[in-house]
Amino acid sequence: MNPPETVANPLETVVNPPETVANPLETVANPLETVVTAPDTLVGHPVIELAGVTKTYPGGVTALRSVDLVVDYGELLAIVGPSGSGKSTMLNLVGTLDRPSQGTVRIDGHDVASLSDRQLSALRARRIGFVFQQFHLAPGRDALGNVADGLLYTGVGKREREQRAEAALVRVGLGERLTHRPYQLSGGERQRVAIARAVAGDPPLLLADEPTGNLDSVSGAGVMDLLRELNEAGTTILVITHDREIADSLPRQVPMRDGQVI
Amino acid sequence: MSLRPARLRLSDLARLGGYGLRSRPLRAVLSALGIAIGIAAMTAVVGISASSRADLDQELAQLGTNMLTVSPGNTMFGKQATLPDESVAMIKRIGPVQSATATGMLSDTYAYRNDRIPAAQSGGLSVLAAKLDLLKTVGGTLDHGAWLNAATDRYPAVVLGATAAERLGNVPAVYIGGRWWVVVGVLQNVLLAPELDSAVLMGWPAATTYLGFDGHPTTVYTRSVESRVEAVRAVLAPTANPSAPGAVQVSKPSDALAARRATNAAFDALLLGLGGVALLVGGIGVANTMVISVLERRSEIGLRRSQGATKGQVRTQFVAESLLLSLLGGAFGALLGYLVTGMYATTQKWPTVVPLWVLAGGVGATVVIGAIAGLYPAIRAARLSPTEALAAT
Repeated sequence: MNPPETVANPLETVVNPPETVANPLETVANPLETVVTAPDTLVGHPVIELAGVTKTYPGGVTALRSVDLVVDYGELLAIVGPSGSGKSTMLNLVGTLDRPSQGTVRIDGHDVASLSDRQLSALRARRIGFVFQQFHLAPGRDALGNVADGLLYTGVGKREREQRAEAALVRVGLGERLTHRPYQLSGGERQRVAIARAVAGDPPLLLADEPTGNLDSVSGAGVMDLLRELNEAGTTILVITHDREIADSLPRQVPMRDGQVI
Repeated sequence: MSLRPARLRLSDLARLGGYGLRSRPLRAVLSALGIAIGIAAMTAVVGISASSRADLDQELAQLGTNMLTVSPGNTMFGKQATLPDESVAMIKRIGPVQSATATGMLSDTYAYRNDRIPAAQSGGLSVLAAKLDLLKTVGGTLDHGAWLNAATDRYPAVVLGATAAERLGNVPAVYIGGRWWVVVGVLQNVLLAPELDSAVLMGWPAATTYLGFDGHPTTVYTRSVESRVEAVRAVLAPTANPSAPGAVQVSKPSDALAARRATNAAFDALLLGLGGVALLVGGIGVANTMVISVLERRSEIGLRRSQGATKGQVRTQFVAESLLLSLLGGAFGALLGYLVTGMYATTQKWPTVVPLWVLAGGVGATVVIGAIAGLYPAIRAARLSPTEALAAT
């Protein structure tokens, strides 16, 4: 079987992104019919699929109420809402860092409920990249080291980790800052390092939690441009933000309030 | 796609442990110090006692371990027995015996510095009649002067043991039994026959002539062929006193010398125990450091979990860090202990000996301590839920 010939548009969004990414919403319209390739396999499912997901924390706080969400490969979307709307819980569930109290979470075709903690770790290592508001860079390691260490759990040797890290840093425009420690970098540059770390392993799904929250508007805009570029190159990107303006600059918005998608 | 987590390579694990320590170097050094002190104390204690033993072995090799002494014990009725006058001659006839000589103690006879000293102040010195070949057999050496010879052993002349000379002072003559005896020589310490150190030695004939000595030997010193010492030992008693072999005591002074050094073993055990306590405290210090480290590095743990680290990998990382920390301390401690041993041994003019098993044992102990100290914090780190860990700042 030769996938590129048998499938329509959505497949090509990954194979040849610049031409077909024009209307990603089209792929959402009819998620069950779309067939999309991840870089390595032919798949017939969305990258994120939440069905009737409820999350109740011990103590009775319900952070998410019966949420449904489908995100296809190649999308760039924002989950937007005020603090307390449940968007961080959503990120934790989508990132497989937490499990739902009720409902089904499928990431990259895997039902999270059926996976062990070890299997979830492996899923995160290979299929999901994270970008955090606080960057979470190791202060004692230079940019290259920080990015290379992000690949520690993918089973790749040290030399290849460093090669990939360098490529990722070049990709985010920090080719000249390889040996800089985090304190020698500006906030925007630090977030770029963190983004490079998240995408160095080429995960199909990138989760960004308030990526511009700690940045001034210029650096923030730069980071958003970078995310758009990465998306154009095929990565599915889910941005969590409270900032309407940022959300509106993205092709799709999922507004949330009080634990529900509105 | 199979979801099998990738294994962490050993080199990556070691590197991970290293990063953790390098990010807080002062704390790493201080907590490793506890382990280092413990290992250093234990290494030094064992090293010093081993060096002392090595010195003793050298000394014994020089003195020889083939000397046996024979002395009278008690008779069946509990009275002080005597050795027959012929015992020395009979012992000499035992095949492997190379030499045999004797001293005889003069009972109720004391030596004084001069004639004004009250009789009660005898200074704890014994007066012995000695055969002329005594010095050669016991391996004694003269500090100054001359040993008795065929001429001086008939006349009132004495040779002083090292301790006796110290107590009596540098006198030309001593006062024994109402008569002045000329001091012709002074001995150095005799390691295999320390009883000679506190003795005033005179010739056998002179003792008989001037002090009414009964001529019974009280200690017979023998040297035998090294390989036959035990065989000689078995027949010495019946040979020395055929009529009452039970009333003869045979001893091996080299064993006594070794035993005297070995009495330090109790002290060594005490110091070793102290070293063990230091090691324990060091281990607790490492555990403490690791617990704090886990608390401080929650966001790092969360990040690693988000990057795909399994619980097991987080656990191994912290155990590796703890192992590295205690190994660091152990290696430094072993070095320190070796240096202390070397310095002490040098001041004592001993050879420096630190047995390999101590160094290996020290490193082994630190590995065990590091693993135990790191296990609990590592388990805590691994149990941390990724979302909570990431929320911590």
